[in-house]
Amino acid sequence: MSFFKKLKESIAAKTEAVTNVFKEGLSKTRTAFVEKVEELITRRKKIDEEFYEELEEILIGADVGVNTVMTLIDDLRAEVKKRKIEQAADLQPILSEKLIGLLKGDDHAELRMAPEGQITVILFVGVNGVGKTTTIGKLAHKFKSEGKKVLMAAGDTFRAGAIEQLEVWGQRVGVDVIKQSSGSDPAAVMFDAVQAAKQRKVDVLLCDTAGRLQNKTNLMEELNKIFRVIQRELPEAPHEVLLVLDATTGQNALSQAKLFGEKSAVTGLVLTKLDGTAKGGIVIAIRNEMNLSVKLVGLGEKMGDLQQFDSEQFVHALFAGLIGKEEEKSGTTSE
Amino acid sequence: MAAFESLSSRLQNVFSKLKGKGKVSEADVNDAMREVRLALLEADVNFKVVKDFIAKVKERAIGLDVSKSFTPGMVIIDIVNKELTELMGGTQAKLAKANKPPTVIMMVGLQGAGKTTTSGKLAKLLQKGNHKPLLVACDIYRPAAIKQLQVLGEQIKAPVFALGDQTSPVEIAKQGLQHARENGNDYVIIDTAGRLHIDETLMEELKQIHGNVKPDEVLLVVDSMTGQDAVNVAQSFHEQLELTGVVLTKLDGDTRGGAALSVKAVTGRPIKFAAMGEKIDSLEPFHPERMASRILGMGDMLSLIEKAQSNIDAEKAAEMERKMRTAEFTFDDFLEQMEQVRKLGPLDQIMDMLPGMGKMKGAMKDMKVDEKQIGRVEAIVRSMTKEEKAKPELLNHSRRKRVAAGSGTTIVEVNRLIKQFDDMRKMMKQFSGMMGPKGPKGLKGGKKGLKGMLGKNMRFPF
Repeated sequence: MSFFKKLKESIAAKTEAVTNVFKEGLSKTRTAFVEKVEELITRRKKIDEEFYEELEEILIGADVGVNTVMTLIDDLRAEVKKRKIEQAADLQPILSEKLIGLLKGDDHAELRMAPEGQITVILFVGVNGVGKTTTIGKLAHKFKSEGKKVLMAAGDTFRAGAIEQLEVWGQRVGVDVIKQSSGSDPAAVMFDAVQAAKQRKVDVLLCDTAGRLQNKTNLMEELNKIFRVIQRELPEAPHEVLLVLDATTGQNALSQAKLFGEKSAVTGLVLTKLDGTAKGGIVIAIRNEMNLSVKLVGLGEKMGDLQQFDSEQFVHALFAGLIGKEEEKSGTTSE
Repeated sequence: MAAFESLSSRLQNVFSKLKGKGKVSEADVNDAMREVRLALLEADVNFKVVKDFIAKVKERAIGLDVSKSFTPGMVIIDIVNKELTELMGGTQAKLAKANKPPTVIMMVGLQGAGKTTTSGKLAKLLQKGNHKPLLVACDIYRPAAIKQLQVLGEQIKAPVFALGDQTSPVEIAKQGLQHARENGNDYVIIDTAGRLHIDETLMEELKQIHGNVKPDEVLLVVDSMTGQDAVNVAQSFHEQLELTGVVLTKLDGDTRGGAALSVKAVTGRPIKFAAMGEKIDSLEPFHPERMASRILGMGDMLSLIEKAQSNIDAEKAAEMERKMRTAEFTFDDFLEQMEQVRKLGPLDQIMDMLPGMGKMKGAMKDMKVDEKQIGRVEAIVRSMTKEEKAKPELLNHSRRKRVAAGSGTTIVEVNRLIKQFDDMRKMMKQFSGMMGPKGPKGLKGGKKGLKGMLGKNMRFPF
């Protein structure tokens, strides 16, 4: 069975609704990206230097890291040589497969949860303005609607209005917020929150932190302290440390993943604002270079617009055009 | 980032092939341009912008006479840098001023770019210039956005006009302007909600605010970490709102900030300010030339190159380099070398200018480059006899004791200096390699050398 058929079938098994959210959220991304590749293949019939260069530009234009793109192009060159491909059209399936290979990895998309009856702690970290607080609000809503008891910790004691922002989310979704006054020690807030979570026997504790640039040593040490306090109070925790990334971010996301990883043992990524025209291609580079995969994606402004990341869905949504063609072709050959 | 090799060392590889050539051929330029292209792409400059840029630089570089200049690599870097600086807007732009106050400034941009924080910072900057800004809270969508602006206003004691989150932003903006007129505020800063440039409803709202308050400035706030998409965002906002300028935020991070170039290229609007930190007074005028070297990943190498070119005697440098290569480097040369390096300016400034040093700043905080220390080192060296300077091996224990007494230092210090002298040879080799006729070769090694010395918890030896 062809790769795409398998993919299609596994998707069919999933609910229509989820597929639609992905499709809609990624529609801009998809049209921009896939159409460009298709256009390139039909316009440039021959595979030559200029073809490679344009392909390189399309991929780089999606913020796929420069190193990753260079490797991919080299792989393609080798493949073309080996199989003696001359027509651009013949390259298409190889290209699609390679691209999908880059996006798809071993799936760890599921959030790691504590066993029944224990508290799951999820810590959110990231630079300023990526959408940490919003993501927490959305995730609280998701857990709440699954019937879980949720608590949120207002660990951003620095930015003006951050605590209030989380409180508004708390009211919206009906979840309590543990807080101290603005300017207090965020590690102390975390301590309080973990104690409260134990007392109230909650299922999930979501911890917000202040946005910080990864090259600020002191702030990164503060984050490390937050991490240590949580770990000390609950040895298994935090069960997940999610680095929130803005999909519009370029190559700097690599540095973010690396440095946040060092100070807070990041376990996965949340890719936000994917409903814009940005492609978030840098997650491919991060997956390749740091083996961190995306766990959640933010696809819109609504409460329900946070989805568990599903690489198959992502690939399908991103490459729907390419996959459609592939199916047609395999359909005619089998007849 | 470690993954980013600086452009200068990359170009050096390309040009090492063409030593002694008088002219740069087209093929050489093509090779060099490939490296420039990669450097720009890695800095997140949009690929279309890169393409146009490369075409321009190429035109200027081909057939260039390089015989008199330092190295072909330097010449190319110089062209690239000048072109980049020019593209990003030669001189700093000022804020517009309305003929009849108040001057209305509208802040727009994507979510999380930093509009609210920047609004506060801009108000602070205006206050410093003895203005009376009014902040208007038009972000009714993000929870607690109004509160955020109010807290910022309180911090700097600037009035904030808000009507809660139930009134339409258009109305708030209108009334805010009226409020400013009545209360004698000469600047009005309108903070709008972050929005996607493809969100038609919200973009329409901005257009309506624009139509009602007729702003003198429409500033697009852009996160300096933005990748390739920066062009789409800027273009879209510009088409719909006619921007007058750009503010680049989060520049205190370690991003190369190629978005600056992309945004400038598609909108043609000047980058007026750069936000450089968490503090409320960290909004600075934008410096195109600094941004250019940052995008190229070269620290302030370019100023250093310029300084070196004007201050260092090329012949002496060549002789020095030869000596060091052949390990003839003595304490005499050391003194002279120190003299040469000192001509470049205060040492900590030089350190700042070296690529890669920015990253080391954290480690260097405790290591202040002490000019007094330099004097002490000089004294030690000058207390040596001619023979000792020429043959450091001669310095046995009793000689060292004499030198310590003669220079008013301790034997520990003398020992340390001599021990470091060997390390110095290695490091100075890098410095001189950079300044000498062979261009910035081996800078990376220099960094390593320095790091090694710092790692051993040593003071900077001169």
